[in-house]
Amino acid sequence: MNSMEDFRAEVGSSGPVCVKGGGTRWSLGGEANTTARVVHAPDGIDSHDPAEMTVAVWAGTTLMTLAEVLAEKRQEVVLDGPPGSTVGGSLSVGWNSIRRQRIGTARDSLLQAECVGADGRIFKAGGPTVKNASGYELCRLLVGSLGTLALTGRVILRTRPLPECSLWLRGAMSPVEVERSCYRPSSILWDGSNSHVCLEGYGADVESEAEGLAEHGMVEVAGPPDLPPDRDRWSGDLPQGAVLDVATGVVHRHGSTVAPEVDPAVKAIARRLKTNFDPQGRLNPGRDPYQISA
Amino acid sequence: MAREVPAGTADLVADLVAAIGADRVAAGGGARHLYARDSSIIEGGHSGPVCFPGSTDQVADCVRVAVAHGRDFVPRGAGTGLSGGAVPCNDPVVIATTRMNQIHEVDVERRIAWVGPGVVNLDLTRHLAGTGLHFAPDPSSQQASTIGGNLANNSGGPHCLAYGVTSAHVAAVEVVLSDASTVVLGEEVGDAVGYDLRGAFVGGEGTLGVATRIAVRLTPDPPVVMTLLLDFKSIVDAAEAVTGIIAAGIVPAALEIMDQKVVHAVEKFVSAGYPLDAGAVLIVELDGLPAGVAREVEIVKRVGADNGVGTVRVAADNAERELIWKGRKNAFGAIAHIAPRYYLHDTVVPRTRLAEVIEQVNAAAERHDLIVMNVFHAGDGNLHPLLMFDPREPGTLERVHAAGEEIVRIAIEAGGVLSGEHGIGLEKRRFMSLLFSPDDLAAQRALRDAFDPLGRANPLKVFPTGASCGDVAGLTEVPEGVWV
Ligand SMILES: Cc1cc2nc3c(=O)[nH]c(=O)nc-3n(C[C@H](O)[C@H](O)[C@@H](O)COP(=O)(O)OP(=O)(O)OC[C@H]3O[C@@H](n4cnc5c(N)ncnc54)[C@H](O)[C@@H]3O)c2cc1C
Ligand SMILES: Cc1cc2nc3c(=O)[nH]c(=O)nc-3n(C[C@H](O)[C@H](O)[C@H](O)COP(=O)(O)OP(=O)(O)OC[C@H]3O[C@@H](n4cnc5c(N)ncnc54)[C@H](O)[C@@H]3O)c2cc1C
Repeated sequence: MNSMEDFRAEVGSSGPVCVKGGGTRWSLGGEANTTARVVHAPDGIDSHDPAEMTVAVWAGTTLMTLAEVLAEKRQEVVLDGPPGSTVGGSLSVGWNSIRRQRIGTARDSLLQAECVGADGRIFKAGGPTVKNASGYELCRLLVGSLGTLALTGRVILRTRPLPECSLWLRGAMSPVEVERSCYRPSSILWDGSNSHVCLEGYGADVESEAEGLAEHGMVEVAGPPDLPPDRDRWSGDLPQGAVLDVATGVVHRHGSTVAPEVDPAVKAIARRLKTNFDPQGRLNPGRDPYQISA
Repeated sequence: MAREVPAGTADLVADLVAAIGADRVAAGGGARHLYARDSSIIEGGHSGPVCFPGSTDQVADCVRVAVAHGRDFVPRGAGTGLSGGAVPCNDPVVIATTRMNQIHEVDVERRIAWVGPGVVNLDLTRHLAGTGLHFAPDPSSQQASTIGGNLANNSGGPHCLAYGVTSAHVAAVEVVLSDASTVVLGEEVGDAVGYDLRGAFVGGEGTLGVATRIAVRLTPDPPVVMTLLLDFKSIVDAAEAVTGIIAAGIVPAALEIMDQKVVHAVEKFVSAGYPLDAGAVLIVELDGLPAGVAREVEIVKRVGADNGVGTVRVAADNAERELIWKGRKNAFGAIAHIAPRYYLHDTVVPRTRLAEVIEQVNAAAERHDLIVMNVFHAGDGNLHPLLMFDPREPGTLERVHAAGEEIVRIAIEAGGVLSGEHGIGLEKRRFMSLLFSPDDLAAQRALRDAFDPLGRANPLKVFPTGASCGDVAGLTEVPEGVWV
């Protein structure tokens, strides 16, 4: 049986510590300090409540395991990532899905998190219900924090119904034209000469929207284009081979990227946050969410 | 009974006037009285000077002067809040955003609008008419409440079931912090790198700083909208139908329940054509592309039939649709017409447990000899029981409080939370410890203090402090009724 108590004991209350999931983005935001003790969050699915559309899951669970269980009830969560990625790692990285327009953001999907703080104490952020305005929005801070504020043990995530039908099309329409000619497509990607569009929903609707796009030369393809591994913010031009995610302004590209400059006033709040949550800097030392390019 | 103005007030007022102009500062007893409360039950607030800045710089001036004089500051929108968030404690400078009501920029192509915090929610939607876009959050107070207030309370509304509450529609926000500096949180497109400070600020109930400019995301109008009115023998049947609809794997645009007492009040007030003999009615709105909407209408009818639905009225046109919604949106107004006083609660429970929780809530009200009415956002389990009472009857207030506390406990025991959309403010401070441990609260405190290390932004809200609000804390316990 998993317990937060065991995870808390593993994390302890002193000395640098980092938490590892599948290690698929281990160096994002800086190399982990080699002196830091490596710990692992528990794994396993506590309960999937399809009628409530939530799932309670331990942070060490792989996304693949979770997706399989949810698919049995024709549901999914927003999280995605390479094989081996875990729920905790994915939330800590906190990127957006390319299907964000349908499925929403990771931040909107994290309803509750149970964490171990730098002082080695367990705290809970958020609540189990799909709507909640009780206290401060701690969950949002945890998503994308690279484990620098707290280490997550167990979470409750919002689930969504899987679409009945899902279709990708590609063609020379501009993203703006695509957006104008269909209703809330799940994804629009732009590779500099072609738009790649994902339509999802009921079969008949998807078909009729696809027919409309076909009149503009869009053709059905097997799936999204291969996304290059590096990420950058859209700044107006698209390098060769890069793909822009229109909804999130993220450019998927090859080659090293640099973190954008951040307003010192924003950095000041971030520094105070880090100090308040982790005065000794023991959680995931070496990592800095402001060293990510997009 | 006149209350003494704290020492140093004349200097404070003089500095505020010097900074932003005499026409933007109201320091008389009338203004301070008017701004001492919001739409909640909470009485006993004490306002210092009330400022009406017209720009971000002027907000920063107000904050700077307030802090220099050792005063707190309280941001305020339209004062429609129901948890006392805008109620001033300890004679703070009240920063009212009513004159920051410009819609600065609408970018139809990128579906973004920059607005002042004082823009009234419905004014933005009206302004967008004809663009094919709208601002999705639609609190029932949308004719009066401001987008700054919506942001600070992370407000919801009927259509937030499918589209998400305010946070999902705020891309970026310019904020004046308690050190009078200005900072932009978030990005117009996508996420800002680093911590989600935008997401942390939304829902901060004015305790993290003052929102001075807001970039909201605009949502395309759906091509097809169908509104259904289902009636049931009992509210329990209606609640079971809601659970069934969600379980069937569809996410309607809206799912709203009104019980028989509310239906009767509404019918007298607006004649929306609701059936008077039904135990409860359920409004279901489905939107999207035509085939999907048609399929979902059938699913809703089937789930309704499984739960003993009486009639299913499908709005034939826009006029009928609007009439169905007019009833729902005027429910509080209608109730205000018939009740001497009422106290509106706001809790959330798992939507799979709606029916049993409503039975418990109704039983609790009955035990305390109070009338309860229910009108609520059923689709996300957000209950709004209204306790009706006559404060002139001796002992009534005690019963209202006892029942209110039971309602909160029932929600928490069912796996729910304290508030779905009205926030904690002053009203629910004392219940925070029912839901959160001291360690949970310490983590929330760490967030709050990172934004406002000086502790000057709307203090005494949200956290269960022993500190009283002003010198009449006893009075905060006296419900005065929500008149809307
Ligand atoms: C909505 C969404 C969509 C995404 N889509 C894609 C995609 O299409 N393609 C893609 O490549 N990636 C995508 N990602 C990112 C991907 O999910 C992550 O990079 C994931 O692979 C990292 O998982 P991991 O277990 O390997 O983490 P690791 O590499 O082990 O760790 C990554 C970071 O998270 C921290 N961390 C790990 N576990 C915890 C924990 N329990 N508590 C606190 N911090 C922890 C680590 O310390 C480290 O800093 C997406 C992410 C999200 C949120
Ligand atoms: C009849 C009625 C129906 C209602 N229906 C709903 C509903 O369906 N859904 C719902 O969610 N709520 C509802 N409410 C509650 C209320 O209308 C909302 O909370 C609304 O968002 C408050 O907006 P306001 O402008 O009136 O804010 P105020 O009441 O003035 O302030 C609310 C809080 O926001 C803070 N604040 C205001 N402006 C700013 C700013 N610019 N920067 C920082 N903080 C700020 C204040 O300090 C305070 O803590 C209803 C209220 C009434 C009276």
